[in-house]
Amino acid sequence: MFETLNDKLGSVFSKLGRKGALSEQDVTAAMREIRVALLEADVALPVVKDFVEQVREEAVGEKVLKSIKPDQQVVKIVNDKLTELLGAEKAELNLNVTPPAVILMAGLQGVGKTTTTGKLAKFLKDKQRKKVMVASLDVQRPAAQEQLKILAEQVGVENLPIVAGQQPVQIAKRAVEAARLQGFDVVILDTAGRLALNEELMNEVKDVRAATNPSETLLVTDAMMGQDAVQTAKAFHDALELTGIVLTRVDGDARGGAALSMKVVTGCPIKFSGTGEKLDALEEFHPERIAGRILGMGDVVGLVERASEAIDQDEAEKLAQKMQSGEFDMNDMLAQFKQVKKLSGMSGGLSGILGMIPGLPNMNKVKEQMKGANLDDSVITRQEAIILSMTPKERAKPALLKAKRKERVAKGSGTSVQDVNKLLKQFQQMQTMMKKMRKLGKKGMMQQMQNLMQQGGGMPQGPMGGGMPGGMPGGGLPGGFPFK
Amino acid sequence: MKGFFKKLGSALTKSSTKLSSGITDIVTKRKLDHDALEALEELLITSDLGLETSSHLVEQLSKKRFNKEVSDAEVKEVLSEGVNEILVKCEKPLNITANPHVIVMTGVNGVGKTTTIAKLAKKFKDEGKSVMLAAGDTFRAAAGEQLEVWAQRLGLDVYKKEAGSDAAALAFEAYAKAKEDGTDIILVDTAGRLHNKAGLMDELKKIIRVLKKHDESAPHHCLLVLDATTGQNTHAQLKAFQEMVDVNGLIITKLDGSAKGGSIVGLANEFEVPIYFLGVGEGFDDLQEFNAEAFSKALLSLV
Repeated sequence: MFETLNDKLGSVFSKLGRKGALSEQDVTAAMREIRVALLEADVALPVVKDFVEQVREEAVGEKVLKSIKPDQQVVKIVNDKLTELLGAEKAELNLNVTPPAVILMAGLQGVGKTTTTGKLAKFLKDKQRKKVMVASLDVQRPAAQEQLKILAEQVGVENLPIVAGQQPVQIAKRAVEAARLQGFDVVILDTAGRLALNEELMNEVKDVRAATNPSETLLVTDAMMGQDAVQTAKAFHDALELTGIVLTRVDGDARGGAALSMKVVTGCPIKFSGTGEKLDALEEFHPERIAGRILGMGDVVGLVERASEAIDQDEAEKLAQKMQSGEFDMNDMLAQFKQVKKLSGMSGGLSGILGMIPGLPNMNKVKEQMKGANLDDSVITRQEAIILSMTPKERAKPALLKAKRKERVAKGSGTSVQDVNKLLKQFQQMQTMMKKMRKLGKKGMMQQMQNLMQQGGGMPQGPMGGGMPGGMPGGGLPGGFPFK
Repeated sequence: MKGFFKKLGSALTKSSTKLSSGITDIVTKRKLDHDALEALEELLITSDLGLETSSHLVEQLSKKRFNKEVSDAEVKEVLSEGVNEILVKCEKPLNITANPHVIVMTGVNGVGKTTTIAKLAKKFKDEGKSVMLAAGDTFRAAAGEQLEVWAQRLGLDVYKKEAGSDAAALAFEAYAKAKEDGTDIILVDTAGRLHNKAGLMDELKKIIRVLKKHDESAPHHCLLVLDATTGQNTHAQLKAFQEMVDVNGLIITKLDGSAKGGSIVGLANEFEVPIYFLGVGEGFDDLQEFNAEAFSKALLSLV
């Protein structure tokens, strides 16, 4: 995976030592790293160049030159600038017209227009109490109209009845007319996917626009898109005068640089992001999150959200109490494994979770250590199996596990006695740690974890040896981490 | 062969004109100095070749021609040779080895799996093979219907169940049916899924697992469909799908757009997975066998 810009800039600036002022060369080296980071994140080259120039101007200012941590200062400039460019202003749909307000959805094939149409219809119906009709103008892809009809049923909005053989402009006119007569607030027109190069199809959607005068024309685009984002956005903007962008598949692991390219090229705000397969997975766009991803600086908010999704609150509180009282047993450890696994499943593995933590010192080192320690999801699965092979008594009182019982547990879980021993040792370490924490109180606990994380020492011992998963179930996830 | 060059050439020229004319701008009547090399590297990056592959190619060029007077034709030639060298390892024919021969199509959402299945089916049918389609995307609304429409147009059988049914069970039954009917090839469609979603990837693994109950060597091909407009995320996609379901071949779609699909050069460099076909249009016949030399030349507008 990628090195974070943080790490890279850190190493550029650390070479400077304590000599104080930055030279022109230092800044150039730093700018090169920024350029690389943005390109790896699929930000289009012309946009990258422009961006780097802007950052350079700010970076050579006195603030950075004299700051004690120039790397952090530069990262901050980059992050702020990215967030600002991605959308400082709140971008809402403009539906203040004589009803029905028409929303036209356009984009390349396979970006998720139809699904987004369904999600947007649901969003407007549920969140803004609008009466919504959808209509598919996609006469190209087989069963596309059928698909939107099914989605409309699922979200409970009206779908314009399908009339076989009608052409897009005819359908669009019919939809607007029907919506007007039947008193709908909004009509969303889904169109066929088309290549910007296909003149015939681009003219067709232009005609639709002319015939319906939409109050919103949204370009749907995929967060995984590469360098072509510039050409595509430009062509669609030239043809349709876009009013906004919808970024789909933000739940994938792409860096999403295309968002920046498209925003810069069209000047249109990114109004929504698609964050999952379910029909309610449409969110207002959060520029700071994409900015963080582009820079590889993590996504704390996203992590916390996923954590709260994954972690059963009641369970977590129970566990926290047990931790405080020191009555932590194997059953609790098992519960903890389950939650970590669930979270890791949602985040693309344990390293995915780590990737979402911003500013984790020496991210790559940690990842290597994880590799070295074979710390991945399968380790947790194996450890789960070990606990599951214990009797309830053994789980409650692990001290019972002597040689013979250990052998049985190892056989039952398909592991070795050594593995069982390792787990028991981890369990002991955790217990010791918890006792210490209890003495330290909440404030001291954070300090302790901070020390653990900064040493990076806890990690390789196994998933539970370090501070990371241990801090999670307490519901104290964000606070438990040592970063602001 | 001529037709192929022409088709791919014309599909890619639209898109690679910029790359090509860019090169002309950079190197017309000048020495190949640092600035020129950097500008060339940037041009390759804009074709999604990625930073690493782009620098590698430019470095090669620099070794051969640095500080010499070069023509743009020469630069293109050297670069396209470099690309070809990387891609040629991935040029392999897709051999039918079993009866029924099972091909499972995978990929993230919206890359064109269903359309590609129709194109592949047409190709096999034209070669005189009997083909069955299995509508394994039971998740997306009307995905089965979409495949059914294609099947009707092609006059093929499609094995389909109601939306929401278990895709693995469907694949299992489809195999049994194909075996009974003596069908040569089964093309199994699957729902698009993001590779970082463990639950969905497990479902895909299950489809593979149950097919193996019929035939240990099935699926004989597990193909990953990649979209040419996708940027560097193709690496993450291939890596994840390979780890999870042993992907053993690629198909690149949407090469008729303005995206150049350059990320496959980087992929080929890293993974050496066969690239079987390229999708170059929306018609049935717009599927081309992958030819490294043709692709490399088309990418740099040498055809």
